[in-house]
Parts: sequence; structure tokens; C-alpha cells
Amino acid sequence: MLAHYGYKDGSGEYFIVIDTDKCDGCEECVAACPCGVLEVGEDENDPFREEPVARVTEEHRKKVKYSCGPCKPASGRIPLPCMEACGPGAISHSW
Amino acid sequence: MNVAGLDCGVKNVKAMILEDDKIKAKISVLSGFDQKAAAQEALDKVLEQAGLKKDDLAYITATGTGKEEVTFAESTITEVGADAKAVSFLYPSVRTVIDVGAEEGRVIKVNEAGKVIDFAINDKCAAGAGTFTETMARALEIKLEEMGALSLKSQKSVPINAQCVVFAESEVVSLIHAKHAKEDIVRAVHDAIADRIASMTRSIGIEKDVALVGGLARNIGFVDSLKRDLKQELLIPENPEYSCALGAAFVAAEKAKGG
Amino acid sequence: MEKEYWRWPESRWTSPDVDWKDGDIISAGVDVGSVSSQAVVLVDGNLYAYSNFRTGSGSPESAQKVMDKALEETGLTLNKIDYIVGTGYGRVNVPFAQRTITEIACHARGANFMYGPTVRTILDMGGQDCKAIRCDAEGKVTNFLMNDKCAAGTGRGMEVFADLLSVPIEDLGRLSFEVDKEPEPVSSTCVIFAKSEAVGLLRKGWPKEKVLAAYSSAMAHRVAKLLERIKVEKDFAITGGIAKNEGVVKRIEAELKIKALEPKHDTQIAGALGGALFANALVEKEKGRR
Repeated sequence: MLAHYGYKDGSGEYFIVIDTDKCDGCEECVAACPCGVLEVGEDENDPFREEPVARVTEEHRKKVKYSCGPCKPASGRIPLPCMEACGPGAISHSW
Repeated sequence: MNVAGLDCGVKNVKAMILEDDKIKAKISVLSGFDQKAAAQEALDKVLEQAGLKKDDLAYITATGTGKEEVTFAESTITEVGADAKAVSFLYPSVRTVIDVGAEEGRVIKVNEAGKVIDFAINDKCAAGAGTFTETMARALEIKLEEMGALSLKSQKSVPINAQCVVFAESEVVSLIHAKHAKEDIVRAVHDAIADRIASMTRSIGIEKDVALVGGLARNIGFVDSLKRDLKQELLIPENPEYSCALGAAFVAAEKAKGG
Repeated sequence: MEKEYWRWPESRWTSPDVDWKDGDIISAGVDVGSVSSQAVVLVDGNLYAYSNFRTGSGSPESAQKVMDKALEETGLTLNKIDYIVGTGYGRVNVPFAQRTITEIACHARGANFMYGPTVRTILDMGGQDCKAIRCDAEGKVTNFLMNDKCAAGTGRGMEVFADLLSVPIEDLGRLSFEVDKEPEPVSSTCVIFAKSEAVGLLRKGWPKEKVLAAYSSAMAHRVAKLLERIKVEKDFAITGGIAKNEGVVKRIEAELKIKALEPKHDTQIAGALGGALFANALVEKEKGRR
């Protein structure tokens, strides 16, 4: 399942996409994120899945544009720590 | 030598007259639905205040969203440019300028020469601009001018989860029904918008000194929330909402001298 | 903003063909939304009763009210229901539910029941959110995207315009087509800015039908873009309150070049229906039938 966490508002589309089929719940991304945007827990949208999966915390879902600000400066992008940390490549950002 | 700068904002048109780099007169009129007429009204009123006629002005520069509507202006400058000019003149130590207006939020990075090196603008989402506080003031049935002082009375903050003006309004209404103290709700409103402005500032990079201008700088509650979020002192000029008009006037002065 | 908002009419329904006393498993789902709430009761997986009422000031009270309304005049009482699933907006609180399941999962299951196993793409637009969901033939979610941060593209966004133009919600769709030529869509995405833009257009002499058409067009475009992000695969179905606004529905269909399936039941019950189906499945699982 491709879980898109985030939103679209007047200024653009901001989604962190987690591919739950690829995610193995290793929690490397949680540790790598400097802002506590990610967590690992039960798959909320698949009531019958037992393995835990990575998610964007509820606190950050509605402000990912701002939450991810530190890793996405206005000029000079760095490779995103969460994506680098993910072995199976389950994380992607739409902006 | 007298010059004029006009800032044609969405909500207010601000006009300023400088005489040899000193503020001689300033006026703010409501933009209403006809920015062209409002700009003319602003010019007439500011000339009256200065005791001058239009021909006494050596040069007029316009800025703001409605700058193209100011047909009598001889040049225009972007709001980012205007802010940078004004603030660098007032505070040469400033490297980060935050401007929050009625419908737009901006963060500008300048170097020691006052030149713009980076900026970020939010003009698409009302939650990052003055409309947010204005709408919440209506929902709380308090005057906008009273928001600041009221929020400083608060001892605790109440979370506002909604990031959108439309949704936050409903959330504020339910907080009122849940009998939360108005000062706590107002403080939460200021914390919420300060959070967004601070994030935008961080994306540009906070470099001291930091200045805050624009209409919202008059709201002491918002200023307090922003200082706490950024963990920075803020330099705020005497008439913060006039910073773009001032910047435009400086440009006018340079142009008049043959710049 | 005025305090009175235009909302879809309230309703309740009981099946003339089903009798709960003959049933083995009775399950229910309650969906507490930001604007309206629904309750659905199933008997052995068949639709038995449902209700759709305005959400009150609190989640537990709204859940209780909507459940009571669904059970009205059926003789069925809460304690006879084997399993109840709660769902809805935010951290919803349905005190009498055995479990809470997310609206995404529930809407996919509910749409699969309402529209059949051919449904693969679902658009749900409720009071304060907009969801784009891809599912498989069993109604299991394979891709989803939810926007509940921004009012544009939600029921509330449309309500702001209904208020501004003083048009009752039931007439929004029909009225938006009473124009000679489809106007340019409103340029601002933000509802607040779009409203200012609309006021300017009205002052320029635009009739309200034209303003409504411009806004419906902008909303449809925005929603279509969201759907394109998860890729639209047929069959396509729409749930939630927005499905009743043909002004937006027809424009979305035109932009995506795909027709939405016709609903046979109140489109607002999809979430609660999905919840009831999960409840049913959970009872069957416990009973060892899976």
C-alpha cells in the first residue's frame, strides 16, 4: 500500500509516501529524522496486518512542509536522511 | 528633495513622503475593491499631510501587489526589494527580515550591503498571514487591536490542530464552547501562526540580527510567540506596516539623484 | 463567518426485506465526521438500517445519537449487536464500539460493498477532508492520499460559497450549470482568497451562477489533480457528501475523462458501512469461519 501523508494547499503539494509493502518496520528512519516526523506502529489502514510499519506522526501530518523544513532549505538540497536510512527504499517525498 | 513611496497592499495602501531621507508624512488607506482609486486617495492624503503638491515630488516609486495599478508611479520595485532596502537602512546589522502582512508572509535574507541573497514567500495559504489572526479575532468577538495584550495574559496554551483558517475558525468556536479562557485561545492562535512563520524563517536560515515588519508586527502577542519559537530577539521599527512604503521611497530617492 | 452552515438533509432508513431477528451476526459501524455522522447496521452482512445526522458538539454524544436513530422503530437494541466498529475524523471517540478503524480503510470497504468489486478508485469528500483511495477487488487499500489540512477541496470549502451566494446546498449543483459558457475557474486555491476573488467578481456584475460555476470548476480541478497523484483506474466511484453535488461531480468526470459509478444508497454512509463490514468480518474470524 502506498500511504501518502501530508496535504495539498494553495502553495503546493507536500506528501511523504511510505510504501508499506516494502517497509519492514526496522525504525532506521525514525532515528535518522532530526525532527521526529516519523514513527513505527501498527498499520492503521490495514486492520488485518500484524507487522508494524513506518508512519508520519499525527502531529506532523498537517504541517509536513514546515516539519521537513530543516532538511529542505530554500537553496542547496541535501540528501534526505530518512531516505538514506531506509534499506528497502520505502520512503519518498513529493517535494 | 521630496520623494514618495507607495505600497499597494491587498488590504491597505500605505504612502510615505521622504524629505532628504527623513520621513515627512505617512498615511494608510483601505484598499477596498479599487486599488487604483485607493492609491490616488493615498497620494492625495499624504501630500496634504506634508503640505505639498504632486509637482513637488521629484520621484514616485510603487510596490505591493497592486503596484501596476499605480499609474502615476515612475518606477516599481518588488516587495522583497523594498523590505530589504528599508530594513537595511534602519538596522544595518540585520541579516534576516520577516514581513507578515494581511495576505502574505515573507522571509528575506540580506547581506551587509543590504542586498537580497535569498527569500521565501507564502502568498497562497491564508493561514500564514494576517488573515488568520483577523478571522480568529472575529470568531472570538474581540477587536484585532486587543488580541496582543489579551494573549500575553495567558498562562497556558491550548492546542490548535487545524492548519487552515477555515478549519481553525471552527476549532476556535468549539474551544469557546468548551469554556476555554479567551486569553488561552488567543495565545494559541498566535503560537500557531508564529510556528508557521518560524518554520519558513528556518527554511531560509536564521541569521542575526532578525527584524520583523508588516502589520502583524504591531500585535505584541504574535511578537512574543514568534520570539519564543525562534529563540531570537526581534528588531521592530516604529511603524512596521510602512516598511515597504519606506523602501519604495528610498528607491525613489536614489532614482531622483540619478541612480 | 455566519454560524449557520448549509448541510445535507438528515435521514434514516430501514430495509423492508431484512429482519434482524432471523440474523446470525448483527454488526454495526459508526462514522463520526466533522460535519455529519452516520450509523449503519448489517444483518449477516446485509444492509439493514442506517442513519445520517449532523454531528453535535461532542463525538460520544453524536455517536450515540446516530446509533439510536438507526435503531429507531426496529426493536433492535444496542446490546444485541455483536460487534461495533467506530471510525471518523481525528481521534474519534465512540464509547460503545469494540474497536476503531481508520476512515481510509472503512471507506474502501464501504465503497466496495456499495459499488461492487469492480471499484478500484474512490474519491471521498466529506465535511472537512478529501480522500483519494485505490483498492483491490476485496476493498483492501492499495494506495491512498488524504487531505484534511486545507479547506479547498472539502465540503466546508463549498459551504463557504453556498453561504456567500445564499444558495441552499441541494441547489449548488444544478445552479452551477445555468451558465451560457463555462467560465474560467477561480484562480486562488485558498478558500479565503477565492472568496475575496468571488466578491470582486460579484461586484463586477457576475451572476451567482457564473461565480458558482467558476468555483466548482476550480474545486473539480484541484480534486482531479489529487486523484492523478494516485492514478485513476476504473471503476471510479465517489462517496461522501460531495457525490450529491453534480456541479462538482460532472466537472471531475469531464477532467478525468471517466464516469463515476451510480450510487444505489446514500453516499455519505460509506465510512460507517465499511466499519460495519469490518465488524462483521471480525465476528466471523472469531467464530472461526475464516
